[in-house]
Amino acid sequence: MRARGIAGVAVGAAIGVAAGVGGYTFVYARGASYLTDDPAACANCHVMREQLDGWLKGSHRAAAVCNDCHTPRGLFPKYATKASNGFWHSFAFTSGRFPDPLRIKPGNREIAERACRACHRPIVEAIDARPPAHAPLACVRCHATVGHL
Amino acid sequence: MVERRLGRRGPAIWILLVAVVAAAAGAGAAALLVNIVERKQEARNPFYRVVELNDETEDPAVWGKNFPLQYDAYRRTVDQVRTRFGGSEALPRTPNQADPRSVVAQSRLEEDPRLKTMWAGYAFARDFREDRGHAYMLEDQTYTERQIVAKQPGTCLHCHASVYVPYKRVGNGDLFRGFELVNQMPYPEARKLVRHPVTCIDCHAPDTMQLRISRPAFIEGIRALKASQGVKDYDVNAMATRQEMRAFVCGQCHVEYYFKGTEKRLVYPWARGLRVEQIAAYYDEVKFRDWVHGESGAPTLKAQHPEFELWNQGIHARSGVACTDCHMPYRREGALKISDHHVRSPLLNLNRACQTCHRWPEAELRARVETIQQRTFDLRNRAMDALVGLIGDLKAARAAGRSDAELERARDFQRRAQFWLDFVEAENSMGFHAPQEAARILGESIDFSRRGQLAVRDLKPRS
Repeated sequence: MRARGIAGVAVGAAIGVAAGVGGYTFVYARGASYLTDDPAACANCHVMREQLDGWLKGSHRAAAVCNDCHTPRGLFPKYATKASNGFWHSFAFTSGRFPDPLRIKPGNREIAERACRACHRPIVEAIDARPPAHAPLACVRCHATVGHL
Repeated sequence: MVERRLGRRGPAIWILLVAVVAAAAGAGAAALLVNIVERKQEARNPFYRVVELNDETEDPAVWGKNFPLQYDAYRRTVDQVRTRFGGSEALPRTPNQADPRSVVAQSRLEEDPRLKTMWAGYAFARDFREDRGHAYMLEDQTYTERQIVAKQPGTCLHCHASVYVPYKRVGNGDLFRGFELVNQMPYPEARKLVRHPVTCIDCHAPDTMQLRISRPAFIEGIRALKASQGVKDYDVNAMATRQEMRAFVCGQCHVEYYFKGTEKRLVYPWARGLRVEQIAAYYDEVKFRDWVHGESGAPTLKAQHPEFELWNQGIHARSGVACTDCHMPYRREGALKISDHHVRSPLLNLNRACQTCHRWPEAELRARVETIQQRTFDLRNRAMDALVGLIGDLKAARAAGRSDAELERARDFQRRAQFWLDFVEAENSMGFHAPQEAARILGESIDFSRRGQLAVRDLKPRS
C-alpha cells in the first residue's frame, strides 16, 4: 500500500514536471505563434531571417505573407502542411542537419507555384496550359525575386 | 421483430437493401462530381472558339479568329527596323517582270564586296540580301536572283514556306512522303503548292495549341543528334520538354543544312554533333561540297544561318533560356499574358526580352550586347581579309600552273577557313548567341587561312 502510494506520487511528480517543463518550453519557443499567419513567427528561427528581410523589401510584402504562398488554401491542407513543415523544420534546425543554402523541397515548391496561380490565374491562363506528361510552367524561373529576394 | 417476420434471411435482405441504396447514392455523387469537374474545365477555357481548327487549317487568318492577339503581333513581322548589326533596311526598288517587289532589304554583297570573292562561282555571289521579318520569307526566296543563276529544288520551301499541310496533301496524308516528293520537284513547280510563309500550324498543334515539330528534316536531324549522344529512337514530339520545344520549333529552320544526293533530301548535318568542327567532320565523311570555288578550285562548303547550333554552345542555352524567351517574350495584352508573336531582335524589346532576368538599365544592356557584337565583327573582318588573301594566293598559284595535288593541302585549309568564317557570318546574332564560341571559330578560321597561305608559299619550287 505504501509502495503504491510512493509510486503514485512519483508518477504524478514526473507527469507534473514534464508538463511544466514542456509548457515552459512551449511558451519560450513561442509555440502558439505557429497557429497564426504572422510572418515574424516563421522567423522565430534566425535561419529564416534572410527570407523575412527579403520579403520585407520585396514586391509582395503588402499582398502576401509567408503562409499565403507556402501553405495551400483550405483548412485541413493548410494545417497539415504547417504541421508537416513545422515538424521537419524543427527536426532539421535542432539536429543541425540541413543543407546550406536552403533549398525548397519539390512538394513545397509545387504549393508555392499553385499559390501564384491562386491569385494570378486569369492573366496567365493563355500560357499556363497543362500538357500531359510535361511539367507545368514554373513562375519562379523568371519571377524569382517576387517573394523574398 | 425483423427476425420473426423474415426468419433467418432477414438481416441479409436488409444488407442487400442498404447496399443498393448506397450504390445509387454513390453513383449519384460521382455523377455530380463529374459534372462539377466539367464545369470547372469549361471555366478554364481562355479563348472564345469562333472557328474550329484542325490539322488542315493552313491559313493563319483563320487561326487569328480564335487568337486575335497573337495573330496581330505575328503580322507585325513586316516591320523593317535596323539594329547595329541586324534587323533590315527597307530599300525601295522598281518592280519588274521577274521581281515584283517594290521594297527589298539591303544587299550584303554591296556592303562587303569580299563576300563575292568568298562565294565566287556560287549563286550567293550573285544576290545576297540582309534577311528580314518572317512575313517576307517566301517572297524573298521566290524572287532572289539565286533562283535565276541556279535551278533550285523544291527542298528550299521546307523552311521558307508553310509546308506542313502541302506536304501531307502531296503525300496523301504521309508527311515524310510529301517531303520527299516536293524535294525532287523543281522550285517553280513546288512553289505553286504553298501559299504562306511560316504560320501557326508550323509550330502549334491545332487541337491543344501545344508546341510540336512539323518539319521532317528536324525530326530526322534531332534523332541523329540524340543518337550520337547515346539516346536511341528519339521522338521529339513525344519526348521533348516544354522548354526544349520553345527552342526546337525555331530550330526547325534556323539551322545549317545540305541537300543530300540526287533526291535533294534536306538533311541537317548533326550526326556527329552541333559544333562547327563536328559538322565539318560529317561533311568530310560523306564527301560533301556545296560547290567548287570559282577562283581557287577548292571543294567549298556554304554555311546557312546556324542560329540553333551556335545558341547551343552559349551560356543562355546552358541556363535553359530558349529562343522564345528572348525573341517572343511574354507580354501582357489587357488581362492576358501571352507570348509576343512579333518575332524580332531582342534589342528592339530590351525591357521584356532581357530585363526579366538581367535587372540593369537598358542602356547598359544594349552597350554590353553591342560590345560583344563589335568584337565579333572585328574578328570577322580579320578572318575575311585572311580568307581573301588565301583565295588570292590559290588563284595565283593555279594560274601559274600548279597541279591539284600540289594545291590540295592549301585548298583544304580554304575549305575549313571558309566554312568556319561562314558559320559566324551567316549566323544572325553577330556572335551574341555564344560569344566565346564565335570568337573561337573566327580565331581558328584566321589560323586556317594563314596556314593555307603558308602551304601555298611553301610549295616546292618547280625545277
